[in-house]
Amino acid sequence: MNTPNSGTPLLEMQDIDISFGGVAALRHARLSVTAGEVHALIGQNGAGKSTLIKILTGAYRRTAGTIRFDGREADFRSPKEAREAGISTIYQEINLVPFRSIAENIFLGREPRRFGLIDWKTIHRRAQELLDSFGLQIDVSKPVREFSTAIQQMVALARAVSSEAKMVIMDESTSSLDEREVELLFSVVRRLRDDGRAVIFVSHRLDELYALCDRVTVMRDGQTVAESPMAALDKLQLVTTMLGRTLAAVVHEDSAVKEANLAKRGSTAISATNLGAGAKVTDVSLDVHSGEAVGLAGLLGSGRTETMRLMFGADPTERGSLSIDGKPVTLKSPQDAIARGIAYLTEDRKGEGIVPELSVRDNLTLVCLRTLTKRGVVDVAKQREIVDRFIESLGIKLRSADQPIRELSGGNQQKVLLARWLATNPGLLLLDEPTRGIDVGAKADVAKIIRELRDSGLAVLLSASELEELTAVADRAVVIRDGKTVAELDGARMSEASIMDAIAYGSGEESSLAEAVDAKEGQS
Amino acid sequence: MNQKTQPATAAPLVQAAQKKKYRITIQREIAVLVAMIVFNLLFTQHFWSLQTFNVNLTQVVTIVIVGIGMTLVVATGGIDLSVGASMAIAGSLAPMIFMNVAGPFGIALAFVLPVLAAALCGVFNGFLVTRLSVQPIVATLVLFIAGRGIAQVFTDGSLQAFDNPAFQWIALGRVAGVPAQVFLMLALVAVFAWIVRKTLFGQYLLVTGGNERAAYLSGIPTARVKMIAYTLCAGLAGLAGLISISVNSSSDANVIGLGSELDAIAAVAVGGTALTGGRAYIVGTLIGALIIQLLRYTLLAHGIPDAAALVVKAGIIIAAVYVQRRQR
Amino acid sequence: MKKNLPILLALAALLLLGVLRYDHFASAYNINSFWRYNSMFALISVGMAFVIITGGIDLSVGTVAALASVVAALASPYGGLVAVLAGAGAGLAIGVLNGLVITHMRILPFIVTLATSLGAHGLALLLGHNDAVSIAPSSSFGNFGQGDLWGLPIPGIVAAVAAVLGWLALRSTRFGRHALAIGGSEEASRLMGLNVDRTLVTVYALSGLLAGIAGAILAAQFGAGQPNEGVGWELFAISAVVLGGTLLTGGQGSIAMTIAGVALLGLVFNLLNFENGLGFISLSAYWQSVIRGVFLLLVIVLQARVLKKRVTVTKLAR
Repeated sequence: MNTPNSGTPLLEMQDIDISFGGVAALRHARLSVTAGEVHALIGQNGAGKSTLIKILTGAYRRTAGTIRFDGREADFRSPKEAREAGISTIYQEINLVPFRSIAENIFLGREPRRFGLIDWKTIHRRAQELLDSFGLQIDVSKPVREFSTAIQQMVALARAVSSEAKMVIMDESTSSLDEREVELLFSVVRRLRDDGRAVIFVSHRLDELYALCDRVTVMRDGQTVAESPMAALDKLQLVTTMLGRTLAAVVHEDSAVKEANLAKRGSTAISATNLGAGAKVTDVSLDVHSGEAVGLAGLLGSGRTETMRLMFGADPTERGSLSIDGKPVTLKSPQDAIARGIAYLTEDRKGEGIVPELSVRDNLTLVCLRTLTKRGVVDVAKQREIVDRFIESLGIKLRSADQPIRELSGGNQQKVLLARWLATNPGLLLLDEPTRGIDVGAKADVAKIIRELRDSGLAVLLSASELEELTAVADRAVVIRDGKTVAELDGARMSEASIMDAIAYGSGEESSLAEAVDAKEGQS
Repeated sequence: MNQKTQPATAAPLVQAAQKKKYRITIQREIAVLVAMIVFNLLFTQHFWSLQTFNVNLTQVVTIVIVGIGMTLVVATGGIDLSVGASMAIAGSLAPMIFMNVAGPFGIALAFVLPVLAAALCGVFNGFLVTRLSVQPIVATLVLFIAGRGIAQVFTDGSLQAFDNPAFQWIALGRVAGVPAQVFLMLALVAVFAWIVRKTLFGQYLLVTGGNERAAYLSGIPTARVKMIAYTLCAGLAGLAGLISISVNSSSDANVIGLGSELDAIAAVAVGGTALTGGRAYIVGTLIGALIIQLLRYTLLAHGIPDAAALVVKAGIIIAAVYVQRRQR
Repeated sequence: MKKNLPILLALAALLLLGVLRYDHFASAYNINSFWRYNSMFALISVGMAFVIITGGIDLSVGTVAALASVVAALASPYGGLVAVLAGAGAGLAIGVLNGLVITHMRILPFIVTLATSLGAHGLALLLGHNDAVSIAPSSSFGNFGQGDLWGLPIPGIVAAVAAVLGWLALRSTRFGRHALAIGGSEEASRLMGLNVDRTLVTVYALSGLLAGIAGAILAAQFGAGQPNEGVGWELFAISAVVLGGTLLTGGQGSIAMTIAGVALLGLVFNLLNFENGLGFISLSAYWQSVIRGVFLLLVIVLQARVLKKRVTVTKLAR
């Protein structure tokens, strides 16, 4: 591994602030990268790293702070300016033109010309040389889409190199690559570093960070909470720094209560065995009983949402099996799942949850509407009654049930969505990040509601990145890592520390460090 | 349970924001309409007469009926370019039936079969869109090209003139001095507006266009909803075709419904329904059609050639869509 | 190359049928008049190909051609060249208008061009006072449409030149490659720094220009500018482009294959005429649109299957 160059950093961002709609997204954020290093930038969703990058590349304007790049004050007002200054970004969704050849993609926008016409010969030659220098043996005249994601990432890198980029930002580039492809990509990245360029590497895959990066910056809640050489932080410390401790918004049930809950839980509502589909879910096995709340823990991108979608019939299962109430079942569509009493509260409230133009009433009764219709006509009185009942029982704050749902706050929208599913009287509730992006008061409300549902006999599977909330509500935790269930922790063994441990090391056994942390907690 | 609940507004939901916005949008269109009427009252001779009223309303009947169907399709996020072809098919088929099958049975059949034939076109469109995932513009392009040709082939492009008061009553008959077709139009507007607002299907329609992913995850049969929308649209167009031939006492496959897709889309857009889907203002489509018609009438009454009205219409469509986009 | 096989085979089959079955099919006269007439469609199809390649659509080419024919006829007293330039200019103006409204007001091309087709029709009627406008008999304009150069019909030469230039542009100019890139992924193109708006305006301007020239040919060939002509021309162009293998979603396309599509569609009409002439059956011209519609349907269905396979693959890979 290279030791970073001493002297002035290539990039220095300090005291960066920015707010969206009155809410501070970044506060005094910092990032400092030197030439000739691979710098990891990590943090959970909403921690602010994408926002910071967008400010750097000119997609957003900061409200405060300074940026110095390559020895000069930098204030990019558009991605084009950032690119011209030498900053290249490679995104997770490959931003190449799929039908065009590799060579063309590398030179798109900067095509060399002869007598006014494009000089294909030169383009192909230089592209081939570039990829050869990466150690790749591929035909640059073939369309990009014929190649794997890994190769496409490298083509994107080649484009950055050929445009003399001084700094390359790689945003979640490895999410859909397998080990071999990742290693191939890394060899190219190391070449870039050795050439004296800087690489900012954004990822949540811990092993990769340790294999590739020289230094790391950790962000949380819009602030930079750690900057250090990679070697100075071990995995557990890294995970702890990332997840941190949020304010105690939720009242905990102590482990004795949890053990009692587990003891009186009912039969298995749903059971997944070696479930898998695509690259995101490789091998998931878990079960949920009625009267219990199971927490699904894991880092961003570990496959929790995808697992829930499989259990809801939203995506087809490719490997493994599902059984409901003990009977094997194939779910062909959400309609199927809903008919069997499964409910799924999505993570993406805006994109998959609310129908923004419709009223709160319409959104709330969306799924149960069928039961409120007589001969095709909606029974308005019944609908009103259900809506009023849930508005009251869930404490939804609004002006009127007829106002468009997009006028409500995030927390209240979430409650409406929760009500949508509760109105169908489900037996199994799949909750994907139910408390994400809502205010503290609403978080507490939702947690309480979930507990009450569990007590009344519902089977609940909830996924949350904020471990504090997960451990507060769940009776036991199932840990997922890169699409695979790696640990199951219940009762006294379930704690934030042990979960983080499982996420970091992937085993069910606790390291001595985690035990020590737990012991300390027991004393206070 | 939570102690600190905000009591839900117990009083009947009066000025609900969504309804308010609906009213505001409609009010703008109504205001435009009223302004045009006032202008004409002041500056156009003989404007305020039953004859003028009838003439203008009858001109819009076919557009509005097609427009209702178009509104439904647009609400799902699609579009139907083949409505003119459906009109032509229905309009060509009808005379062949009632001129060969006598009596009331013939009349009835001459209504039912052509509309069914047109509806079949809608099923074809719906199939392409839902099963083969073809873009609506492309899918309905096929019948746009071939549909009229089919009608032309059946009639060999020749005019079928006829005189059948029973069949034509729908267009030429009057009730209390107002043509029957106007009542039919108003009835259809009322029925479909009610369907959109009060039925399960109406709700599903809006959600399919408003957020298809959410609709899918809520168990809504989006494919079936779209199929119904396209079928209804083509069926309504068929009905409009029947009215059209009744008005003209003749059926010419080359001409029936020519340009009607444009007129319908214009009425829908000007009437406030977003072309991106998720909303369906049936009454708005009526008002939109009236505005465009009144514009044409105003220009004509003041000596401006009809052709100029086309240019103005083009401008209005662009303006209406642009304003809608800004609203979002 | 593999995917071009069906249309080339169909073309070859129709040609063979024509040569074998009809006496004068392969005559110089027929070939000549075929290209003289279909040159107009070839021009607008080339323009349409570029538009569709960027993922858009231009529904105004028909009425723009009609407008241009009227403008050219009106300008014909001032000379043949002036008339052609006037027609082309009219088309260019509308095309630029289309491009600007699409890029700056961010309205779907389908709606914008639908509206301009209405407006162009209106303008054509206004300029022609609701009637056809005869071209000045004294001018050389008529020769542009009806004359020959080196034994080949002038309109055919114009179309051929346009096709070759179009082919070259698509293959080897930044404009053409950027059009392809934008159609393939507008977002990626923007992120890669391409000037998307400028390319789009140029594409629509080109489509309008070619429609304008086609309109000039129309007026010259038939002796009068015709405001009501042009109906259905855009459909011909779209069908030709799609038959030529270009995906309506954009990102790919071939000028050569588009011309093949034009030839195919034109042949359908040509063969129908011959068949009627033989007197065995009387297939009205109306069968044209039905047959063309069927061809289009086949292509759409085939394309849809290809697209569907692609979508399922990417979904699972998520």
